[in-house]
Amino acid sequence: MGLFNFFKKEKKKNTANLAKERLQILIAHEHADKSKKSPDYLPKLRDEIVQVIRKYVHVADSDVNVNVENGDDYDVLELNITLPESAK
Amino acid sequence: MSKVIVVTSGKGGVGKTTSSAAFAAGLAAKGHKTAVIDFDVGLRNLDLIMGVERRVVYDFVNVINGEATLKQALIKDKRVDNLYILPASQTRDKDALSKEGVESVINELKKEFEFIVCDSPAGIEKGAFMALYFADEAIIVTNPEVSSVRDSDRILGILQSRSKAAEDGKTVKEHLLITRYSPDRVEGGDMLGMDDIVEILSVPLIGVIPESGSVLQASNSGNPVIMDKDSEAGQAYQDVVARFLGEEVPLRFIDVEPKKGFFQKLFG
Repeated sequence: MGLFNFFKKEKKKNTANLAKERLQILIAHEHADKSKKSPDYLPKLRDEIVQVIRKYVHVADSDVNVNVENGDDYDVLELNITLPESAK
Repeated sequence: MSKVIVVTSGKGGVGKTTSSAAFAAGLAAKGHKTAVIDFDVGLRNLDLIMGVERRVVYDFVNVINGEATLKQALIKDKRVDNLYILPASQTRDKDALSKEGVESVINELKKEFEFIVCDSPAGIEKGAFMALYFADEAIIVTNPEVSSVRDSDRILGILQSRSKAAEDGKTVKEHLLITRYSPDRVEGGDMLGMDDIVEILSVPLIGVIPESGSVLQASNSGNPVIMDKDSEAGQAYQDVVARFLGEEVPLRFIDVEPKKGFFQKLFG
């Protein structure tokens, strides 16, 4: 029995490592969120932009990217739209 | 120059009050005049952990509202010279703590005390915010467990952005205190190790308190665990106090005690 347990123990999953990995990812993410300080209106702005573009070209939701970057004394609103091939 | 030290964590039940009581008692025992304030308005417990629950007449909120003087509200500890306790109110809510009120009490304490230890409530609401706002230094109490580590990170963020020191362009000196540590479980891969926690939070370590039955025994009897000089937890808290005062003390109780030999393990 002792011999079996000895080998079984070696195979047991190391959950502490898993905890560390999860925490590192989570905390990096939360810090990024905080430093980005995206304005609250961003999702709504994005939706409305998509609607306007769709009047002319059909784009998928995922083709429109809205991003705010914080500079030292200025913020940049970045708008990235990927047009479908057929629109050209 | 007196110092204001907040004992905080974000998460509840990790050992803030136990650590505040032990830390304050340890500082006082080393000859430093120390006051410890319970900021958990509505759910006071520091008085119970310190064994002075039957001596509470006036509290922190009474002093803020001018219903009692600070002298009337401070409870002098009967075991340790230089140690005074300012209990929280049991009947009001956390909104009773105004920034101006807390500031005036802390300023008055600064005239007489070398160290002012602020025992923070759990959470990130008003009581916790008030406890950390005036701090010069902070002890972040963390358990080796994911939710506690995450909440500690949140509290660190608040210390760095919303404390008075941060507003004045200064920094709060941070210390990490890991409690309820089990070297056996760390070695078995079931518990986050101290190095991992330090790496994740990047705050210098001031001590590691081992999981110990003596902590519960101490709270049962209303004695700060640091007074239990035979217990590992008590000794680990004494090391914390010594390190805080600038002594170099190696960490203890962080490794698995040797038990079974190889053959015993194999055939046992």
